[in-house]
Amino acid sequence: MQISRIDRDLGRFRDIVRGKIKENLRKYISHGEMVGRQGKDLVSIPVPSIDVPHFKFGAKEQGGVGMGEGEDGQPVDAGEEGDGQGEAGDAAGDHILEVEVTLEELAALMGEELELPRIEPRGRRSVESYRDKYSGISNVGPPGLRHFKRTYREALKRQLVTGTYDERDPVIIPIKRDMRFKSWTRTEEPASNAVVLYMMDVSGSMGDEQKEIVRIEAFWIDTWLRSQYKNLEFHFIIHDAVAREVDRHTFFHTRESGGTKISSAYRLCAELLEENYPVAEWNVYPFHFSDGDNWGGGDTDICLDLLQNQLLPRVNQFCYGQVTSTYGSGQFKRDLDGRFEDEEAMVTSQIDGKSDIPDSIKDFLSKGR
Amino acid sequence: MMSREDLRRWQQKIEGHASDAGLDFFDQRFELVDYRQLNEIASYGGFPVRYPHWTHGMEFDRLNKGYQYGLQKIYEMVINNDPCYAYLMKENAVVDQKLVMCHVYGHNDFFKNNIWFSKTNRHMIDEMANHASRIRRYVNLFGLDEVESFLDVCLSIERLIDVHSQFVTRHRIPLDHSRASVDATPDFRYEAKPYMESFINPEEAVQEQKRQHEEKVKASESPRQPEHPERDVLWFMMHHAPLNSWQRDILGMVRDEAYYFAPQWQTKIMNEGWATYWHSEFMTKFVMNDSEVIDFADHHSGTVGGQGFNPYKIGLYLFRDIEDRWNRGRFGQEYDECQSYEKRRAWNQDLGQGREKIFEVRKIYNDVTFIDTFLTDEFCEEHKLFVYQYDLDKDQYVIASREFKKIKRQLLSQLTNAGQPLISVIDSDHDGKGELLLRHTYEGTPLDLAYAKGTLSNLFKVWRKPVSVESVYKDKPIVMRFDGKEAKIRDLASTAG
Repeated sequence: MQISRIDRDLGRFRDIVRGKIKENLRKYISHGEMVGRQGKDLVSIPVPSIDVPHFKFGAKEQGGVGMGEGEDGQPVDAGEEGDGQGEAGDAAGDHILEVEVTLEELAALMGEELELPRIEPRGRRSVESYRDKYSGISNVGPPGLRHFKRTYREALKRQLVTGTYDERDPVIIPIKRDMRFKSWTRTEEPASNAVVLYMMDVSGSMGDEQKEIVRIEAFWIDTWLRSQYKNLEFHFIIHDAVAREVDRHTFFHTRESGGTKISSAYRLCAELLEENYPVAEWNVYPFHFSDGDNWGGGDTDICLDLLQNQLLPRVNQFCYGQVTSTYGSGQFKRDLDGRFEDEEAMVTSQIDGKSDIPDSIKDFLSKGR
Repeated sequence: MMSREDLRRWQQKIEGHASDAGLDFFDQRFELVDYRQLNEIASYGGFPVRYPHWTHGMEFDRLNKGYQYGLQKIYEMVINNDPCYAYLMKENAVVDQKLVMCHVYGHNDFFKNNIWFSKTNRHMIDEMANHASRIRRYVNLFGLDEVESFLDVCLSIERLIDVHSQFVTRHRIPLDHSRASVDATPDFRYEAKPYMESFINPEEAVQEQKRQHEEKVKASESPRQPEHPERDVLWFMMHHAPLNSWQRDILGMVRDEAYYFAPQWQTKIMNEGWATYWHSEFMTKFVMNDSEVIDFADHHSGTVGGQGFNPYKIGLYLFRDIEDRWNRGRFGQEYDECQSYEKRRAWNQDLGQGREKIFEVRKIYNDVTFIDTFLTDEFCEEHKLFVYQYDLDKDQYVIASREFKKIKRQLLSQLTNAGQPLISVIDSDHDGKGELLLRHTYEGTPLDLAYAKGTLSNLFKVWRKPVSVESVYKDKPIVMRFDGKEAKIRDLASTAG
């Protein structure tokens, strides 16, 4: 039977699903739901049912006949047809498809949709790791790597040519020069390291809605950077008037009531980089999210100096995302833009609501740095 | 697992029992496949070779997931073909293989003898393979995207056929492929030297031919196409839509396949009931050994159990009920008019016509006439049938009634046209602008408007002019028109005149 063709049809179907995901990707990106759907390597995405449209009855209007106990008015589980032996192909799916995609694929889709360029890793592009792959055949090698099939084929060839092969008594005896061995080639894999530092203002003016936006945006930024760097490290810094390093969970779930000193976070960030991440070996991505309020008393000037002297020289790109809140003045972005107008490594983005998330991601990642 | 030899021996045994019981079947072939192969074949509607289309891939994905998560598994798959092919899954237990084989002989007999199957192509496996290779050739010529999206359109309307046209002659005006040809009056004179002209082209003959041609032209310019509402929308599109020859060919193939599958939609309850009746008969009387009783009971109850509407169960018990009634003579005027519950229960005339009757039923009935004729009040009560309806307040389905009349009505309405809306072509020159007008014959259940919109937009792709469908929504007559960009719904009552 010749039925291997199903794989091609399956491929076509998956292409269509991929297309659907891409079509709706902006919606997914600005939707928090996806974040909760992440497994280890897979994300489960609900795709609206894919079906060939045809004339059919509206489901709820139709009703039906069932069997079993029950009083009038008692709820029934419709749609549960005794389908133990379902015949092929007549139960069309009204269900929503749950499609599992790898994070890598999701990143690729996002890259296509938002037209993100691949990141050109900075610094030493030195070769840092090798991988051996058995891909060839060689005439010499250790007995353990002997390739039986190839060896016997050589022996058979030789015996046929020399006329020592007897088809009534087909004995094939390899001699030394028939021996074939598996051989490997060494491929070089440039490995580049990157560190991502998330900083967030958790002072009173940042509400749950703002934090949710940061959480969603961070998920997608992670997804993209993961697809670009093999070795990725994360640090999370929260700050109000003082800054401290926390784990991922605490980062997204902390609320303080104090005032805001952004310089505290930048200083901690600079210290972390100074101690652990030599410029030559690491690609550095600090992201800072706040509502743009900073204490007076010259703290903003301290921030600008820290950026100028300590942070910007070390980083690939410094990203500042300003999440609009009812209380925030939004002044900090204006200050940054004013000072670093010509500085390519500084990217700022205004995020008014969830629907701005895709564009904000694009702001941050479209430079390919 | 059973060896091939064992299976073959069992097949012979079961075939013997089937013959003895009076079943009349095509030569039966079994193919042994693993679950993946079975799912592949099932995705192609039971056929080893079908044309390429993504819907097959989607079905495969669904079946594979269902199997892997342990939600469902296909036990039997059998194809109406001569010889009849059925598939056995390698991984199945011995008792399952036996049961499936018994079951398959029931289907085989049904395919061969039920009148609704009599017009189906009995070499459909070959035909499907032919279709596949023709469509693959078009794919090579015109590209997969082009062909696949045209198939999308065809599949969108594949159920819009006229099943009864197989048995009666419909008056239709077939295609005049050259719509333009009527404009140019051909020259009816043969080429001739001037002195031969009056002999080769006598004036009367030329005039006569001209007259005949003009009549023909007039006839083909019938004021309205179709003359009568046309249920076979596929046929109509083939003959009246502006299609390329390859598109017409594909549409024709999809139509052939639809007519092939139609009797299976029309006889789902009967077909499964019949096969279940016979597997139960053979298994319990001859085939099963003592150690298999529990597994059989388990499997059988899986088949005929469940809460919802189960065609296997209704079919099986209705056949048994008919057999019992005709054995005891519980039919006819005298019985129907008997009012005494006691008397009716004890009714027995020892007629012994049960077997004969069910063989007759399997020959000439389909699901609609089957339910219409044989569903009785007692049966509904005994098997606890009910009607459920959607309750807007509770936002779920609830039991609405156990009244016999309502149950029967609901069943018949959902079996009519195999549960599909009745759609006909009304006019191919709607408003004098060449627009296509369809009508949904409303019988109480409205259309799914989102799907209707998608279907119209697909039809627009082949008709190339606006397409509309008349229907009724919320008790008001409406028409939905798709003009190439968007679908608009118009209230017919308020804008009439």
